[in-house]
Amino acid sequence: MIKANEVVDAKGLACPMPIVKTKKAMTGLDAGQVMEIQATDKGSTADLKAWAESANHQYLGTIENGTVLHHYLRKAAEDEAVEKCHEATVSNEELLQVLQKEEAVIIDVREQAEYAFSHIPGAVSLPLGELEEKIGKLDKTKETYVVCRTGSRSDLAAQKLTAAGFKNVLNVVPGMSKWEGPAKSL
Amino acid sequence: MSITPMSAKQLAEKVITKENLFILDVRNTDSYVDWKVEGEKVQSINIPYFHLLDGVEAVLEQIPEGQPILVVCAKEGSSVMVAEMLAEEGREVFYLQGGMKAWSDNLRPVKIGDLNGNGELYQFVRLGKGCLSYMIVSHGEAVIIDATRMTDVYLEFARLKGAEIKHVLDTHLHADHISGGRKIAEAAGGVYWLPPKDAVDVPFEYEPLEDGKKITVGASVIEIQAIYSPGHTIGSTSFIVDHSYLLSGDILFVDSIGRPDLAGLAEDWVGDLRNTLYSRYKKLSKELVVLPAHFMVMEELNEDGSAARKLGELFKENHGLNIEDEKEFREKVTGNLPPQPNSYQEFREINLGILEKDEEEQREMEIGPNRCAIR
Repeated sequence: MIKANEVVDAKGLACPMPIVKTKKAMTGLDAGQVMEIQATDKGSTADLKAWAESANHQYLGTIENGTVLHHYLRKAAEDEAVEKCHEATVSNEELLQVLQKEEAVIIDVREQAEYAFSHIPGAVSLPLGELEEKIGKLDKTKETYVVCRTGSRSDLAAQKLTAAGFKNVLNVVPGMSKWEGPAKSL
Repeated sequence: MSITPMSAKQLAEKVITKENLFILDVRNTDSYVDWKVEGEKVQSINIPYFHLLDGVEAVLEQIPEGQPILVVCAKEGSSVMVAEMLAEEGREVFYLQGGMKAWSDNLRPVKIGDLNGNGELYQFVRLGKGCLSYMIVSHGEAVIIDATRMTDVYLEFARLKGAEIKHVLDTHLHADHISGGRKIAEAAGGVYWLPPKDAVDVPFEYEPLEDGKKITVGASVIEIQAIYSPGHTIGSTSFIVDHSYLLSGDILFVDSIGRPDLAGLAEDWVGDLRNTLYSRYKKLSKELVVLPAHFMVMEELNEDGSAARKLGELFKENHGLNIEDEKEFREKVTGNLPPQPNSYQEFREINLGILEKDEEEQREMEIGPNRCAIR
């Protein structure tokens, strides 16, 4: 089950209505939140993708369930531009080399819907917004890699973890947007 | 200003008669780049409708004034929305009824010529996709060749001509569109013919089209002679109609030749293609008028919107018929293949009768360009 902050029902509607409804609903969403759009118009996949790209929203993917298409978008977030503060970082390539040798603790702090469509095998999904309440379940002594899409949310997460007493936290930069290693979907 | 619908048929007339037309295509850019309305006097621009949801002011200067504008989208809905916005800005606007789907489905019959004993030969031009199909009418009988999915058009045309559809022929197993042949034969009680080598293990009954087979229309006045001409497919067959016309299927086009790879056997079939074009066709009368099953670009069409050219002229002008060296021909044909048509595997399966799709799914599948030639 993929989580969304809001669901737009555009089932049975023909073009242009699925996008008209999506655009309208998007204004009510906070930056970085996830929207699910349910549509039956087959053309909606290509159009939503193209529209999202032009509006800087992130198109996560589409799941086909019978005749209904479930599209997932993440609203453009400004946090991506924030300066990174957590000093200990590794590159995607370095993480890939580590993974080829040993198992590592990887925490994926993107939204669950982003994780659902593509993540590093073995990575644990823990969205940034839920990090504080679940921080107690993690082992502070282990080397911990934190990953998101571009390295910004993971930077915030790495700072939080370090503040909470984690000894060895590494931010993966840039993260999933440029990830070329093995990936899984739910 | 109000908005006015334009049918695909009206659009086809404007394209053929070379009327000036400015098209604002509001589909997404990938679709537009892949396939669009084309014509000598057609000018088009692409601005996806989802960039125009807040208004058209920003794009008004890209749209010429004092000239009617046709707004086009995939199905119709978005073009109506954008057309209404443009009309509010005082522009004279049309929208394409049924969108590109209707354009894909539109067939325009053109009379090619009279045949022996009051017979007639018609070409059905599918401008949107470049498919060409044929009807021969004589003395209350009709024969249809390479029919498209829009079977009603042929049934109605034959009815208006007072002709009973006796035979329905396909030059080959089509891989770029859905054949309407079998359905028409069933509806009209006619016989469906297919080259047996293209129809291995089909679950339906058909009459085998073999080399030398003769079919007559209207009390034996018009003769259709089958010529085995492999290369596009292993079974590809051409027809000489009334000793005057060569229906060449997907082997030879006005400005290009067929591609041998749509069943995955380019290397095997290129030799057949060579043999058909450079040997079998060469022995035929240069006076025959070639009527292909496709055209690729609007320039291949004549003034009346038909695609027809004398075989002798093609031997002079068609590049694909003028590659003397066999090795060079082989390389040109197999090394330089355009992308395969969308869904071509599924088209083959539907035409073989082993895949079922409902009407709407079939229409969706056919959206897009035709790519069965090599220039």
